[in-house]
Amino acid sequence: MALIEIRDLAKSFGNVKAVDDISLDIESGEFITLLGPSGSGKTTVLRMIAGFEDCDAGSIKLNGEDITHLPPFDRDVNTVFQDYALFPHMSVQENVEYGLRTRKVPKAERAKQALEAIASVKLEETVNRLPHQLSGGQRQRIALARALVLRPRVLLLDEPLGALDRQLREEMQVELKKIQRDAGITFVFVTHDQEEAMRMSDRIVVFNSGRIEQVGTPEQVYEEPRTNFVAGFLGTANIFSVDVARKFLGATTTVSIRPERIRLQAPGTKIDKSETSITGTVQEAAFVGANTIYILETDFGVKLTVRKTNTELLGQDNSFVAGDQVMAVWRNSHIAQIPV
Amino acid sequence: MSTKSDFRGSRPISSFFLRKPKVRLISLLSLPMTWIVGVYIVSLFLLLITAFWNVDPFTSRVSPGFNLENFIMVFTVPAYIATSIRTLFIALSVTAICVLLAVPLGIYMAKIAKPWLRNILAVAITLPLWAGYLVKIIAMRLVFTEEGFFNWLMAPLGIRGPGFSIPIVILTLTYLWFPYMALPVYTAIRQIPPNLFDASSDMGAKGFTTVYRVVIPLIVPAIIAGSVFTFSLSLGDYLAARFTGGATQMIGSIIAANINLNPPVAAAYSMIPIAFVVIYLMVARRTGSLERM
Repeated sequence: MALIEIRDLAKSFGNVKAVDDISLDIESGEFITLLGPSGSGKTTVLRMIAGFEDCDAGSIKLNGEDITHLPPFDRDVNTVFQDYALFPHMSVQENVEYGLRTRKVPKAERAKQALEAIASVKLEETVNRLPHQLSGGQRQRIALARALVLRPRVLLLDEPLGALDRQLREEMQVELKKIQRDAGITFVFVTHDQEEAMRMSDRIVVFNSGRIEQVGTPEQVYEEPRTNFVAGFLGTANIFSVDVARKFLGATTTVSIRPERIRLQAPGTKIDKSETSITGTVQEAAFVGANTIYILETDFGVKLTVRKTNTELLGQDNSFVAGDQVMAVWRNSHIAQIPV
Repeated sequence: MSTKSDFRGSRPISSFFLRKPKVRLISLLSLPMTWIVGVYIVSLFLLLITAFWNVDPFTSRVSPGFNLENFIMVFTVPAYIATSIRTLFIALSVTAICVLLAVPLGIYMAKIAKPWLRNILAVAITLPLWAGYLVKIIAMRLVFTEEGFFNWLMAPLGIRGPGFSIPIVILTLTYLWFPYMALPVYTAIRQIPPNLFDASSDMGAKGFTTVYRVVIPLIVPAIIAGSVFTFSLSLGDYLAARFTGGATQMIGSIIAANINLNPPVAAAYSMIPIAFVVIYLMVARRTGSLERM
């Protein structure tokens, strides 16, 4: 039995369907990410699991118990908020003790657990400070400690790293993953950043306009996208509509090929039997450091994006410039068929 | 070159002020300072001096001098002491009732009411400010008079109003000054990020716990700001007592009664509410709340 069972959940705001009839199982101990653009319904689902929003239809079960209409304070889940939601008038320690206090944990025990939790995020020196005296990263950690100290079955994280700068965000990604593994708590993480989702998650749930597009491991959603949206949202994809694919590639569905799986070589040069090639003209060649991004105008009449990793210095390998005739080559097994 | 000098010449006043910051400061502050020092502080100072003057008991003629009798009277005559305490009690009650009404109303308006209802309530709170002060006192008088609306309404239940007395004075003053408490409190509650309410209930707190652990501490500055108005305005009032208090006397009633007969006593007695307000502001300042007014 899954830890959280969501069935046919729906929620509208006015006449906008924010969440449109979704079902999802979340397993105990997994790190699952709800990924999607803003307005795709991912945060609304999280808020319904937390109990901040009531659903219009459907049900949510936690550990077999129906929690669909329970208030937030009666659910064994805790939330880390996007802007941290630390209480500005309370010290760091008082913030972390808050949930223990509402559970009537005795004062000494409360202080002990809070200090442990603060130590686990390495912020012992801040216990007496007020939230406005902390940096963004420190506030983030305290918000995490405040939720973890309650040892919830499930921790809900609503874009918790969104406000941090890139370097700090990457550090926190590693740390969050470690905390999740060590504590064995189920994490439901909301983000719009596909790289962040892939880096941390056991499974990714891709949302689009209130619906689930695909659920799978990072590899699955990247390599076997089930919809055009998924193919385009995770990384970059060259998508051939079903007509083009049928005509030129002999495929029966829409197909997608990743830019990094395509290599360029001079027209007429040899390719392997297991490979496909098409010819075209380089429209643009953009050097972006680690990679060079080529935009080709192919003879299919579709544009193709190709990413070449710059393993050599510029000009020391076969690089092309705008206007060159080239042949784009990929292995047939790298084609992803998109059923929908 | 000529265009440049034309440009400069076109703003002689602005460029003069830019080069002379002191002149700028003086011209900015001269009018308000004349008002504050000339009208406000000087008249307060004159009042203080008058409190030490003598009055002829037969002719009521005031003559300059220096005696402490007026002050001694204010602090020793039992009727004066009782009136001071009564006035303080009334002002504190009015403030307390305003807080008790404003906090739940503010929470309802800011967090629960639909926008249209919120706007109606905001108008309902501010609307009495447009009516004249005396009009509102007379309105309360009409409601609580012997054959008034209150007794008429409550008659089937066998309840009769207390008649003109201290409770009605408190009620009238609460009615008069409530907007000054309700508006800052409501504004402060609106400014609390909604996430804090979510976070509190997420960590197991029910409504009342959230109110006294999160909402009240965060709106203390607004409550203090509101109470400065409700407290000091109640302290200085005497028309509410005159028209709705029956025999109730407040500090203001006694000052008003003495202002022609014995100005020095009136002046000495008016130092009492000033002292109360100063003490109140000092206490409020210690909480750090005045900085956010």
